[in-house]
Amino acid sequence: MKERQPVVTSRTKNTIKQAFISSLPVMAGYIVLGIGFGILLQDKGYTWPWALLMGAAVYAGSMQYVTVDLLTAGASLISVALMTVMVQIRHLFYGISVLKKYEKAGRFKPYMIFGLTDETYSLVSRPELPDNVDEYKYYFYLTLMNHGYWILGDVLGVIIGSSFAFNSAGIDFAMTALFVVIFVEQWESAKSHLPAITGVVITAICRVWFSVDTFLIPAMIGITVALFLEKRQLEKTMLTDEEGENDD
Amino acid sequence: MMIDVSRSLAIIMVTAVITALIRFAPFLIFHKGTPKPILYLGKVLPHAVMGMLVVYCLKNISVVSAPFGVPECLAILFVVIIHKWKHNTLLSIGGGTLCYMLLVQMVFV
Repeated sequence: MKERQPVVTSRTKNTIKQAFISSLPVMAGYIVLGIGFGILLQDKGYTWPWALLMGAAVYAGSMQYVTVDLLTAGASLISVALMTVMVQIRHLFYGISVLKKYEKAGRFKPYMIFGLTDETYSLVSRPELPDNVDEYKYYFYLTLMNHGYWILGDVLGVIIGSSFAFNSAGIDFAMTALFVVIFVEQWESAKSHLPAITGVVITAICRVWFSVDTFLIPAMIGITVALFLEKRQLEKTMLTDEEGENDD
Repeated sequence: MMIDVSRSLAIIMVTAVITALIRFAPFLIFHKGTPKPILYLGKVLPHAVMGMLVVYCLKNISVVSAPFGVPECLAILFVVIIHKWKHNTLLSIGGGTLCYMLLVQMVFV
């Protein structure tokens, strides 16, 4: 019963297997969302290497959808940078909440941080690990597999979009639908609807006030200022039961 | 149509670098504690930003000329209802997009 070597390999094997099983729901979601992104991207004249590049280097769902729009608009790099900060700022908090968990991840760590998307975060932040797995390898393989599904979906979307001749008018709505879905989900889980309303109202006001090419930056500034003005009220309603959690 | 290659690359690289910086920031600068205002923004901003993005998607609607944003409103209503009903992200996005495409290709031509 002393099988030292086989135990190590079977443990690695099991780690990969468990990571794959945990990643299955993300596989379905990422491939389909990725295909949506790829179809949008090719609709704007980009070929599959662009999808590969974006999926591999940016690796962020919502942001890539927005980037398609920024590319078509030929947006200034400043507004691209600001938009990225606004859309991605939530990732800061995924990092903060896995600071301890990833502390001793060693050589896998940089890649695991790079690949900390919403979905990967939701999987690694589960309280319990499957039995008989190497913790950091398990997180590493999860991150790697999810990244793979996303790239695969992105590239497939371009190929699908360009190999079937169909009237693509209105396909851009996939982006709107994605954001509406996330909006609805956040609305249902939020303790206060004030931030969501603030975002909608201030952006709408800025759209009316400024031109279609310039309203976004004032909207982002306006939202940030408004959220700080609402801070006292929001901290009472939204954050009461989460006071003082900095590291857990 | 597609803008030129170097500009496209620049835009993609900016999004990639900033996304990575944000993901690495906690490990590089905030491991000894995060400033309170940043913690606060992290909790409330995602909700506001999603509202902003929905409006951003609707930026080209004209309320003074046909079809006055009617297809967008109908399709959004469709997405909200079907999502509240089934809570299936892919169904909501796929169904909503199909609904919108049918509206702009066949109804509001």
